[in-house]
Amino acid sequence: MAKGDRGTTTRGKRATPRAGRSRSGRAGDPELVQLLTPEGERIDSVTGPDGTEYTVDFTDEEYRGLYRDLVVIRKLDAEATALQRQGELGIWASLLGQEAAQVGSGRALRPQDMAFPTYREHGVLYCRGIDPIMPLGLFRGVDQGGWDPNEFKFNMYTIVIGAQTLHATGYAMGITMDGKTGTDDGEAVIAYFGDGATSQGDVNEAFVWSSVFNAPIVFFCQNNQYAISEPLERQTRIPLYQRSSGFGFPGIRVDGNDVLATYAVTRAALDNARHGQGPTMIEAYTYRMGAHTTTDDPTRYRIASEVEAWQAKDPIARVRAFLEKQQIADEAFFAGVDEEAKQESLSLRERVLAMPDPQPLTLFDHVHAEGSPEVDAQRDQLAAYLDSFEGSTH
Amino acid sequence: MATETLTLGRALTLGLRRALEHDPKVVIMGEDVGKLGGVFRITDQLQKDFGENRVIDTPLAESGIIGTAVGLAIRGYRPICEIQFDGFVYPAYDQIVSQVAKMHYRSQGKVKMPIVIRIPFGGGIGAVEHHSESPEAYFAHTAGLKVVACSNPQDAYVMIQQAVRSDDPVVFLEPKRRYHEKGRVDTDTEVATAYPLNASRVVRSGSDVTVLAYGPMVRTALDAATAAEEDGRSLEVIDLRTLSPFDLDPVYDSVRRTGRCVVVHEAPSNVGLGAELAARITENCFYSLESPVLRVTGFDTPYPAARLEEDYLPNLDRVLDAVDRTFGW
Ligand SMILES: Cc1ncc(C[n+]2csc(CCOP(=O)(O)OP(=O)(O)O)c2C)c(N)n1
Repeated sequence: MAKGDRGTTTRGKRATPRAGRSRSGRAGDPELVQLLTPEGERIDSVTGPDGTEYTVDFTDEEYRGLYRDLVVIRKLDAEATALQRQGELGIWASLLGQEAAQVGSGRALRPQDMAFPTYREHGVLYCRGIDPIMPLGLFRGVDQGGWDPNEFKFNMYTIVIGAQTLHATGYAMGITMDGKTGTDDGEAVIAYFGDGATSQGDVNEAFVWSSVFNAPIVFFCQNNQYAISEPLERQTRIPLYQRSSGFGFPGIRVDGNDVLATYAVTRAALDNARHGQGPTMIEAYTYRMGAHTTTDDPTRYRIASEVEAWQAKDPIARVRAFLEKQQIADEAFFAGVDEEAKQESLSLRERVLAMPDPQPLTLFDHVHAEGSPEVDAQRDQLAAYLDSFEGSTH
Repeated sequence: MATETLTLGRALTLGLRRALEHDPKVVIMGEDVGKLGGVFRITDQLQKDFGENRVIDTPLAESGIIGTAVGLAIRGYRPICEIQFDGFVYPAYDQIVSQVAKMHYRSQGKVKMPIVIRIPFGGGIGAVEHHSESPEAYFAHTAGLKVVACSNPQDAYVMIQQAVRSDDPVVFLEPKRRYHEKGRVDTDTEVATAYPLNASRVVRSGSDVTVLAYGPMVRTALDAATAAEEDGRSLEVIDLRTLSPFDLDPVYDSVRRTGRCVVVHEAPSNVGLGAELAARITENCFYSLESPVLRVTGFDTPYPAARLEEDYLPNLDRVLDAVDRTFGW
């Protein structure tokens, strides 16, 4: 919805909690904001525990756009997984199952907002308008992520679990210091992390700092139920979104397989942040359908029936069911989207295969902003060494 | 004598199993060490056989892993902590250098820290960033820690058990790119009387140049020695095994005979172990040296993208090149 930007959501202000009046009792879980059921039924609006009302108001075109995003990123992700299997990527962290959480939150960002991803946010990256080939350089090992974080307002991937939440907090504090909050075009930050990350000191410190400095930040936790092999119970004994209250800011849980609800909740939290109301933690309740990464063997720690149960909550199938029921899209549209996704993935494949290995001497590029005689000498050493081989063309 | 052919990884698994059997106070803790058996499967099946209280899947928090191990150690346990990858030890760095390393000293010997911190280290596996680092110098610089690196299955099997029995904290470095290399392991080895943990070892004798290596680079040094032999040069290879404290008498003996020395490690050279070794050898063997002690190391850059690691990492050619240069003085 980046273009139309019509899906404004905040109706209520964060005010007195209205105990017992919460309507967020969907999907058999009293704590889950949902606007689209797994069967594709639309729920008009949901009142959060603090009285905020969550809804979306999209045009048909925008609904179709969301569907398209979901299908394209799933296809690109599948292509990357295949490329890894064929030895073209060293490793791949798949987002399968988490498309709605990523597209919903990614599309809720306004152009001025800054995102701090982990290593799995390929869908958010896509929503930020970054060429989807970019993360593949990192996973292929030809570079360490090639996009300009400032240009796209999307930071580099972060592999050390939780570290980016502190970076995001600092960035958000900078927004406040720059006086860029308090208006509709204020800036906000979103920090992505997983359920496992909530155990990290960095994440908890980020909560403290954000709260104390009233930073314009949204902590977006994709609870995909596992940290590699470890289930949620190994990280927490309370629902994750409730953590935030101990730090002094609100938390909310959203159906992370519901792109509409994720959009609504994220947009509302970002708007609160940009208006100077401080941090929110969102727990997008979802499921990682595949392996943690391509090196992982999920059959060791989870059972097939669990995966099947989540299959029934697929984020794409429910949007399709909704579009069909509402007659917002026809067969030709769906076929068109599939074709478009296929073309994008074919192009991705071709371009990945064509990615050249970096030249050895680039090893020394950018070690220091102002250069270093010692590193320069080492570069010369390696150059001379490589030259000593016949026919070397480094 | 019962010998088996095992990979280095499997030898570690067996060594850990023996350690768990030997002492009920031994516990293993870390991320994914239980059901999954660790991302490298080094703790494979151990939780199944010893239970969830002996092989503990922890929350995803390195500082927490080491910090809680400190408390367990005070309480009389002998924790073996797995850090999933070298690049993720830094969140725990504060606990390791400020707490684990100093506890015994601060308590005037009253509190022991029999903690083993296992770290798969080094590159060469085509991984993404933070998965191929060589942090040994940070730990070797810290008084109070022992730092050791194994390089072959037999050592892996014995050294891990010795590390667990040590009353000092041991940073135990495992050469991850050698996990799959096989070797003979004497599974009857008596740990208490076996070749000690705190000793270096000559793994190939030679007369022209002494090559010092540890962990993943021992294999590389041995390969270089084989290649050098074809050129008529005889390299003596020493596996340092212990990085803090060093065991240098065998090194001095060797250098006094050969007069030449090359140190090989993957870590960057700047303020690395190679510098320390060169200084000590110079002090102790000055009159025997025919040339300066040379270093073959990673560059002073962050560990690069995988497609560049071949250029970054010391290889056989670079070792041989340094060997040649020691003859140029
Ligand atoms: C500080 C740190 N420790 C360990 C790892 C190894 N590791 C990579 S991903 C991962 C699990 C992360 O789980 P979670 O935060 O739930 O995110 P998910 O991958 O499920 O999205 C682990 C342990 C790491 N990258 N960083």
